Amino acid sequence: MATWVIARLTFREAASRKILWAALWLGLAFLALYGVGTYFIQREIAREGLPALGTREIYNFLAMAGLYVVNFLVVMMTVLTSVDTLAGEIASGTMQAIATKPLRRFEIVLGKWLGFGAMLALYVTLMGGGVVGVVYALTGYAVPGLLRGLGLMALEGLTLLSVSVLGGTSLSTLANGVLAFGLYGLAFVGGWIEQIGSLLHNETTVNIGILSSLLMPSEALWKRAAFEMQSPLTRDLGNMTPFSSTSVPNAIMILYAVAYVAVMLALALRQFSRRDL
Amino acid sequence: MTRAPSAQQNAIETHHLRKVFGDKVAVADLTLDVAQGEVFGFLGPNGAGKTTSVKMLLGLVTPTGGEGKLLGAPVGNVAARAKVGFLPEHFRFHDWLTASEFLYLHAQLYGMTEARSKERVPKLLDLVGLTPHADLKLRSFSKGMLQRIGLAQALLNEPKLIFLDEPTSGLDPVGRRLVRDIIRDLKSQGATVFLNSHLLSEVEITCDRVAFIKHGQVIRQAALQTLVDGQTTVELRVGNLTPQLVAGLAQWGQDVRVDGDHVHLTVSDEDVLPQVARWVVEQGGALYSLTPQKLSLEDLFLQVVGTDGGL
Repeated sequence: MATWVIARLTFREAASRKILWAALWLGLAFLALYGVGTYFIQREIAREGLPALGTREIYNFLAMAGLYVVNFLVVMMTVLTSVDTLAGEIASGTMQAIATKPLRRFEIVLGKWLGFGAMLALYVTLMGGGVVGVVYALTGYAVPGLLRGLGLMALEGLTLLSVSVLGGTSLSTLANGVLAFGLYGLAFVGGWIEQIGSLLHNETTVNIGILSSLLMPSEALWKRAAFEMQSPLTRDLGNMTPFSSTSVPNAIMILYAVAYVAVMLALALRQFSRRDL
Repeated sequence: MTRAPSAQQNAIETHHLRKVFGDKVAVADLTLDVAQGEVFGFLGPNGAGKTTSVKMLLGLVTPTGGEGKLLGAPVGNVAARAKVGFLPEHFRFHDWLTASEFLYLHAQLYGMTEARSKERVPKLLDLVGLTPHADLKLRSFSKGMLQRIGLAQALLNEPKLIFLDEPTSGLDPVGRRLVRDIIRDLKSQGATVFLNSHLLSEVEITCDRVAFIKHGQVIRQAALQTLVDGQTTVELRVGNLTPQLVAGLAQWGQDVRVDGDHVHLTVSDEDVLPQVARWVVEQGGALYSLTPQKLSLEDLFLQVVGTDGGL
């Protein structure tokens, strides 16, 4: 089926692009630095002989910090590689020899989405697994809720991918990039506003925060992922760190995010089917 | 249920096909037929709506009005495109693929089986003379090479109908000859070729029928032969030219022009030429030469379309 042909092509194309390799090398450089940092922290802790409970918290915090960076890298890489997949091919005319083949328009969009989705899942696994692996190798501490946490990070990537694909059906590459990063930024700021609002018990700011996470669930998904991977103590204390929150998104939010992805993708399929090329 | 094979189905049929972008009319009223096995030339000035018309036929653009049929199926039908090849004017492809990979990709998009692709791809690479470059990435290809691989791509699934949009624009004479040969072979296999071209000399050599389009409308559609018939200009070099002789020449044709001892006139039929020669001699003219020249397609183009056409 044409969808799989396009998906494989998209995956291979993404793998061949410099920007992906830049994201990969950057990620690896980060892991190396992170590993060095973790090593020295671990050595210091071992020397001081802190109680096990305390060290677990520290290592968990370390892991969360690392995953926070990975989260950011995943978003960057997803948007930057997918932003011009449709817009660029339409503008250059490459799309003409493809869309005139005996296949339906939606197969092209779906194939691209699947190709990038696979690439993104791989990147999350590699990078997220890398951080967690480094911590485990150097300290023996295993991060809990790993599967759920990484799964949610991947879902977060998919929300941005779906927006980028939808944008690409109608907008230029530049406009599409602005849209995707703009929404991400909105969600990011909204997340902090909600955080502060709930601390101050200010309902309006909390609502603003909720609205922003409805527009773009990325931040909410990160918060939930962090929640899943945190140590129980941090959760109970409800620390104000970037990696924990006083108001953790619930399961309904996750379902909303899944529906969000589905709707964005469906809109993209429809829009591209009607568009004049 | 099989159709009665009585009438050979047209490869392309359009009835008042129309496309409007906002308030701009790109194609006003496109009505034409292209029979199967024909090499059809689509001529017109820039901005006349040629590319938009082709895009409507290929399903890239949705018509605003009217209807069209491609190989018997309504325009936009997906299955019909399995037997349609297309070489776009600006032939841009995924340039990180090698020539070979590119053809295999498009074979897959055509729904061809692996076995058949393995048979067709090397054959086509050879046909367009790119076998030595099979493992080179397209980004290292010259314009001419890209056009050739684009042509190969269009021929992958042995199409019944092939659209060539300016297929020789980037090619050297060797390449142009190649395209001409390919078109000739396609025709001998019964395929239909729809050619959008500005290179009128090429169209003259390869096409059976042409249509002239201007401002989104077909203004003339005819077999090439009929168009240039009845348009023979004759050049005579005559000594002892007198005004009476010149005036008398008008009985055999029109547009009599004198230029020193050269006289030009346009005749509708070659058969009158011996009579013209005899008459000139009888009138006392010294006939040094009589040279008929068929009207070129370029002259015809300018005549039909006018010189105000292009955008």
